[in-house]
Amino acid sequence: MAAKKESPRETIELLRRMWLIRAFEEKVSTLYAERQIVGLLHLGIGQEAVAVGALSLLRDDDYVYGGHRSHGHAIAKGADINKLMAEIAGRATGYCGGKGGSMHIVAKECGFITATGVVGGTIPLALGAGFAAKERNKGQIAVVFFGDGAGQSGPFHESLNIASLWQLPVIFVCENNGYAEFTPLSAHTKVGRLAQHAKIYGIPANTVDGNDLFAVRAAMSKAVDKCRAGKGPIFVECLTHRMRGHYEGDPAKYRELSQLAEWKKKDPIARVTRALKSQKALTDKELAAMESEAQALAEKAAEFALASPWPADDQVASQVTTN
Amino acid sequence: MPEQTYLEAIRAGLEEEMRRDPSVYIFGEDVALGGPFGVTKGLAETFGANRTVNTPISEATVMGLAIGTATAGLRPVIEIMFIDFITLAMDQLINHAAKLHYMSGGQLKIPLTVRVQCGISGAMGAHHSQSLESWLAHVPGLKVVMPANPADAKGLLKSAIRDDNPVVFIEHRGLYRSKGDVSASDKSVAIGKAALLRQGSDVTIVALSSMVAPALAAAKELEAQGISAEVIDPRTISPLDIESIANSVKKTSRMVIVHEAVEQGGIGAEIVSIELSTGSLMYIFLTMTR
Repeated sequence: MAAKKESPRETIELLRRMWLIRAFEEKVSTLYAERQIVGLLHLGIGQEAVAVGALSLLRDDDYVYGGHRSHGHAIAKGADINKLMAEIAGRATGYCGGKGGSMHIVAKECGFITATGVVGGTIPLALGAGFAAKERNKGQIAVVFFGDGAGQSGPFHESLNIASLWQLPVIFVCENNGYAEFTPLSAHTKVGRLAQHAKIYGIPANTVDGNDLFAVRAAMSKAVDKCRAGKGPIFVECLTHRMRGHYEGDPAKYRELSQLAEWKKKDPIARVTRALKSQKALTDKELAAMESEAQALAEKAAEFALASPWPADDQVASQVTTN
Repeated sequence: MPEQTYLEAIRAGLEEEMRRDPSVYIFGEDVALGGPFGVTKGLAETFGANRTVNTPISEATVMGLAIGTATAGLRPVIEIMFIDFITLAMDQLINHAAKLHYMSGGQLKIPLTVRVQCGISGAMGAHHSQSLESWLAHVPGLKVVMPANPADAKGLLKSAIRDDNPVVFIEHRGLYRSKGDVSASDKSVAIGKAALLRQGSDVTIVALSSMVAPALAAAKELEAQGISAEVIDPRTISPLDIESIANSVKKTSRMVIVHEAVEQGGIGAEIVSIELSTGSLMYIFLTMTR
C-alpha cells in the first residue's frame, strides 16, 4: 500500500510535536547547564523527524522500546512531558518516581515500555513484545529504536535472525547518526549501511533520510502496514545527526565544524517549516506562535519538575522486588 | 504420595503451571524436543510448539526476548541448558530482568523464571560444571532458589512461575534421577523459607542442593557416635531465611555449612556473615574455619 500524503493540517500537528520535543530538550539542556538536573544526559536535538515520523503512525496499544537517547521517542509516543521532566530531574512525581532518570524512561501508560542504558539492550525486549503481540493476534506491533553503535553488538544480529525466523511483528528503527559515542561508524565497521545486515537475515530494509519527516513517514507507513498484517519484521535505517555531543558536556571535538554547519542546514524542523510555507499552509506568525507555545509547555514542565519533591527515603530502597 | 524423580517433578510442575495459566510460555534450546535431559519432554505435544518454543543458540537475545514477553503480559520460563552459559545472558538478566521493576518505579513487573542446571556430575569439565549461584544472589531484584529433592523442586518451581519477580531456579544435574515423594496436588513451596529436615541439639548442618543428602547421611552417622545433628536446607539463597538458621544455631551453638562451589566468595561465607550480623554466632563455641 502506498504511503498516504500528509495533509497540511496533519503536517502542522506533526511539526507541533517536533517542536515540543525540541523545546523540551533545549529546556533540559539549560537546566543541566544550571546544575538543576544532574546525571548523564544524552539529547536527540536534530533527530526529531525520526521519533515523530516513526511513532505518529502507531496505535496506542503498540509497544515502543528506546535507548539512552529517548526523550523524543517517549514524547512522540504520547508521554506526559511534566512527568517526563520530573523523571529526568529525579523527582518523586516522575514517571518512575525518580528512580529511572534520563536513560531509563518508562511510560507504560502510553506504550513507551522502556529505554535502557545498555546500547542495543532493548532490541531483544522488542522481540519479546512482538512475540506476545503475535500470540495475542490483535494486530499490535513492537517498534525499537537504536543507534548505529548497536549494529556491531551480538544481540543485534541474534535479534535480526530470530525476528526473521519467527516472522515477528517488529520494526527495527536504526537512527544512524554517524557516531557511536565519539567514534565515526566507519571506524567500527566496513558495512556502510546497517540496513545491509537486515537483508542478510531476510528482513526487508530501507535506508532513508532521517532528517526528512516525510521520508521517514513514508517508509514507516509501509512498514507498519506490513508488520500489522502479520508479514514479519522490517528494518528502517534513518540517516540523521545529533546536533549536540554524545552527552551534555561532551565538546564533540571529534566532529568537524563544517559538518555540523552542513547538518544544521538539514535541520528537520526547518525542513518541515519550509514545506508548509511553500504550500502557504502556515504564516510566519503562526509558526512563531507554535514555537513559543512549545517553549511555554517546556517551561511549565520544568516548573512542575523543580517544584516536585525528591523521592522519600523509604522510596529509594523500595520496589527492588514486588513483595 | 507418589514417588517421582527430581526431573519428573520439575516436568510435572511445568505442566501443571502451563495448564493453570495460559500466559506461561517456555523458551530454550531444544525444549520442544525435551532438551538434553528430557525435562520438557512432551510439553510441546501437550501445549503446542508455540508455547514450548525452541530457540537458536542465542542466550543473550533469548533472555532479553523472554523479559520482553514479560513486559507485554506473558509469564515466561526460559531454560538455559547449563548454568555456565548464563554468562552469555547476564546483561539482560542483571540490567533488565532484575532492575526494570525498581527503575520503572513499579510500572513494570518481570514474572520471569530462569531454569538452569548446575554442578559437578558426569565428568563434563569446567564449562559444564560450575556453581555460580552466589554470583546471582549478589544481584538485588533476583530471587535464587536451589531445590534439593523432588517435592521441593516441584513446589518451588510453581512458586517461581507464579512470582511476579525474576526467579533463577537452579537445578542440580546430579539430582535428576534421585527419587522422593511428591505431592500430586497443586502444592507450592514458599520462596525464602528454609526446611528443617532433621532436628538435633549438638550441631547445625546447613546444606544446599546436592549436599543435602550427604548432610543427612552424615547426621545419621553422627547419631551412631552419639552426636545429635540438626539439618537445615535453606532452599532459597536469595532471600535467605536467616531466622531459621539463627534459631537453630542458638540451640546447637555449632554450625557447619556444606555446599558445592569454589570457596572464594561462596554463599556459605555469606550465610556466616549474615548470621554474624544477627548475633546468632555469639552462641558459637569455637572459632570459624573454612
